[in-house]
Amino acid sequence: MKTKTHFAFFDEGSKKEIRRATLKAVAIPGYQVPFASREMPIARGWGTGGLQLTLSLIGKNDVLKVIDQGADESVNAVSIKKLVQHTTGVPLTESTTDATIIQSRHRIPELPLKSDQILVLQVPNPEPLRKVDAREYMTKRMHAEDDYSGAWLILFEQIMRYGKMTTGAAHPVYVNGRYVMAPSPIPRFDNPKMHQSEALILLGAGREKKIYAVPPYTNVESLGFEDYPFTVESFEGEQCHLCGATEVFLDELIDPDSCERTYQCNDTSHCIERLNSKEAEEVEKSYA
Amino acid sequence: MHETPILRVRNLEKQFGQGCPDCKDKESRSLEKNYCSACGTVYAVRDVSFDLFPGEVLGIVGESGSGKSTMLQGLYFDAEITGGEVYIDHPAVLDKNVLELSSQQKRYIRNYLYGMVYQNPVHGLKMKFSSVGNIAEKMIAAGGRNVSSIEARSKTLLEKVHIPLRRMKEEPRNFSGGMQQRVQIAKALSNNPPILFLDEVTTGLDLSVQASVLDLIKQIQRDLHISMIVVSHDLAVIRMLADRSIVMLNGTIIEKGLTDQILEDPQHEYTQQLVYSLL
Repeated sequence: MKTKTHFAFFDEGSKKEIRRATLKAVAIPGYQVPFASREMPIARGWGTGGLQLTLSLIGKNDVLKVIDQGADESVNAVSIKKLVQHTTGVPLTESTTDATIIQSRHRIPELPLKSDQILVLQVPNPEPLRKVDAREYMTKRMHAEDDYSGAWLILFEQIMRYGKMTTGAAHPVYVNGRYVMAPSPIPRFDNPKMHQSEALILLGAGREKKIYAVPPYTNVESLGFEDYPFTVESFEGEQCHLCGATEVFLDELIDPDSCERTYQCNDTSHCIERLNSKEAEEVEKSYA
Repeated sequence: MHETPILRVRNLEKQFGQGCPDCKDKESRSLEKNYCSACGTVYAVRDVSFDLFPGEVLGIVGESGSGKSTMLQGLYFDAEITGGEVYIDHPAVLDKNVLELSSQQKRYIRNYLYGMVYQNPVHGLKMKFSSVGNIAEKMIAAGGRNVSSIEARSKTLLEKVHIPLRRMKEEPRNFSGGMQQRVQIAKALSNNPPILFLDEVTTGLDLSVQASVLDLIKQIQRDLHISMIVVSHDLAVIRMLADRSIVMLNGTIIEKGLTDQILEDPQHEYTQQLVYSLL
């Protein structure tokens, strides 16, 4: 016998607990709020934190978009989408504009988000100071005492070793001038998008049992030294070989046979939207 | 001429345990060494008071378990102190008992006014970070955000403590004990702290390294005019470094005075025993 699942998979008590943690996270920007991470039908470390946030937030009128590494069609994104739709019946979308909740792994969409949208990020390692001290009670104390020399030290070490800051993703940020936060493994390219974002950004780490948030219109400042300031990845001179976009995060693709490098939009839905509008324009022109 | 002490310690107390009616009262209690035989409470530091003057080196000697390291840890806020007062002659904390400050303010004192060299470099260094990073940590903690100036200062200090610059990016865990100790000293000095604590710095080092570390400390003290508290059970170290000394036994000060005087003409029975057991 197959029993009908509760709306949005969780019982109401679970949703309430997660929402309560979320409210606290919004009230203290950048502070990691512990929560009772549930056992989910996907493995921990595969987006259970984000999934739990999404399920606790979602209502019947929501429209959901899920991305994984910038793509809407990758396996993980599709499985999560299916689970949520199966248990809620909400419509799915690939368009950033149409979505009310966007769950994402590793990217913030290229299109600026609006105030009626919520971005849910899946976080593998929420603690920016974990490398400095493995003990939770020590890192918690450092946060409490505003002692972030460790976070700076990690960046300093990179400069000493490699001549520049080498954070590929999750470059630490100051939120609202107080807490240092690991902004999920988004590329540095997306860090500035968090600053004064119109949309609420929620971050959930299921395995580490933490929820934290960047409320709308909050200052988010990436850590950088006076003589080695924070910079985003540069794709100067390159453009997407499909849609020709330049000011976006590009994937570098190398043809194994010819060893030729091509660049392509990482945000697939943005790329497709650009291609479609281009096509529409061309069709209109040829009619005239 | 009266100098104002840079560090004033008054009636410092540190106990491990709750205490019982037998040992609660300071005047009437009878302890076995430094603990109460009825309840097992250890009185590690009892009513310790002293002054540290600018530019002087104060030696603290005593057998193991006499409370000298515990007291130092208390002064450096590594361990909580049970009672007493500590004053630092610095505009930021003038006339404030620093033991009662908030943990943020205590951290300010640790980062700006204090330097600490632990007996075991594991406590003072991050073994997985480079040596230059270890020295940088303290400068970053004190608000340094300029990589080139931090690097330049670290290099100067590493040269001062005779660590070859080609090894500055190496992790201290690859270093010998003596080298680790010297990196620790460089780190402690990075912010030009007016007060430096040295806890058994030469213990466990071989004689030639001991001599070079001691030389270094002496030289730094002369050049930079830093006030130091040197804790050691080794009278030779105290003789070489300290101008004034304190002898501790069972958590209390039993004798204090000029180092020469204490070593040449010890008054207390225990100090006499200590001095004459020197080989």
